[in-house]
Amino acid sequence: MARAKVQRKSTSIDMTAMCDVSFLLLTFFILTATARQPDPLEVKIPSSTYKIKVPDLDMGILSIGQGKVFYEIVGKDVKMATLDKIGEQYKIQFTPEERERFGVLGSFGVPVGSLKKFIMMNGDEREKFAKANMGIPADSTNNELKEWLLQSRKAVAELHQTAMRVSIKGDAEEEYPVVKKIIDILQDQKINKFSLITSAEGDAK
Amino acid sequence: MAELDTSSGGGKKGKVRSKKANTKVDLTAMVDLAFLLITFFMLTTSLSKPIAMDIAKPDKEDNDVKNELRASQTMTILLGKNNKVAWYMGEAGKSAPNIEGFTEIRKSILKNKEEVLKGTGRQIVIVVKPTEGATYKNFVDIMDELNIAKIKTAPAIDDVNILDSEKDAMKKAGIL
Repeated sequence: MARAKVQRKSTSIDMTAMCDVSFLLLTFFILTATARQPDPLEVKIPSSTYKIKVPDLDMGILSIGQGKVFYEIVGKDVKMATLDKIGEQYKIQFTPEERERFGVLGSFGVPVGSLKKFIMMNGDEREKFAKANMGIPADSTNNELKEWLLQSRKAVAELHQTAMRVSIKGDAEEEYPVVKKIIDILQDQKINKFSLITSAEGDAK
Repeated sequence: MAELDTSSGGGKKGKVRSKKANTKVDLTAMVDLAFLLITFFMLTTSLSKPIAMDIAKPDKEDNDVKNELRASQTMTILLGKNNKVAWYMGEAGKSAPNIEGFTEIRKSILKNKEEVLKGTGRQIVIVVKPTEGATYKNFVDIMDELNIAKIKTAPAIDDVNILDSEKDAMKKAGIL
């Protein structure tokens, strides 16, 4: 009897289509991902079961932690417009390069006096500087935070014709009076509605 | 004129057979890498989206708007230190506040909500009073608890008018 011949099949598969699809997906995810700016102020945000996503336009984010306040304005155009207004207020001239650099800056927490120096620093120096600094002054004698808020709100209103949303990103262990002090500054400007940024938590049982 | 000599110089007869090179490239490694990156980007994009909790506080200067609350439908929650809360129903000082942790407060809120609804037919109104001892987390947690308990009426957040009787009760319990 003749033996049945087992045909040998090649085990390699054509990967071209798979490769195409995977790279398409990869490009999509890379493009949709927003590059995260490193936060100079380390904040551990509490979690909640709320479901509303933080909008990513026309926002001012106040980070509160270790008794310091940092401020972040969302949007390059708004940032630059705010810087102009602050410069006017405090009689500081900013060069186009400084404006440009400030436009891509994340959250900051320096007094207006050292802002120029801060803008021209590179990443590493900035981080060190931010750690050593006391954040944006928010005392009753020197309330720069109030100015920042006011000017950024004006900038948003002028550029986008909407009201700026104020969000607070507070450290979980921060004492309430510190947060209250900041909220009081907001309320002085008649901002009675604001959002607290929290991380998502599973549904309650 | 110069001309390129294209003829193969050899005196070989017949066609030069070009070797057919295999054009297939092994894509396995490339696909592996691509999927690894996809997984990375997928996980980082979906996880970094924070959640906003909207808070409304009463206007400071606008004193005309005063909402009279019935004692029978009001529950006041005081936030103290060491992650403790004190709550009481109705008017301050009339009944001793209950001291609880954050794990028990949910039950109490739900219980009181039911009782108020049964007794008066109205929705419960909650007044949250964070004191100096409270942390920011406590405040977020209590707002979250109210959200979980589905309290329909907007909670009043009052961090200015903390009554002496409330302070005394909290001091006695060691949470202020």
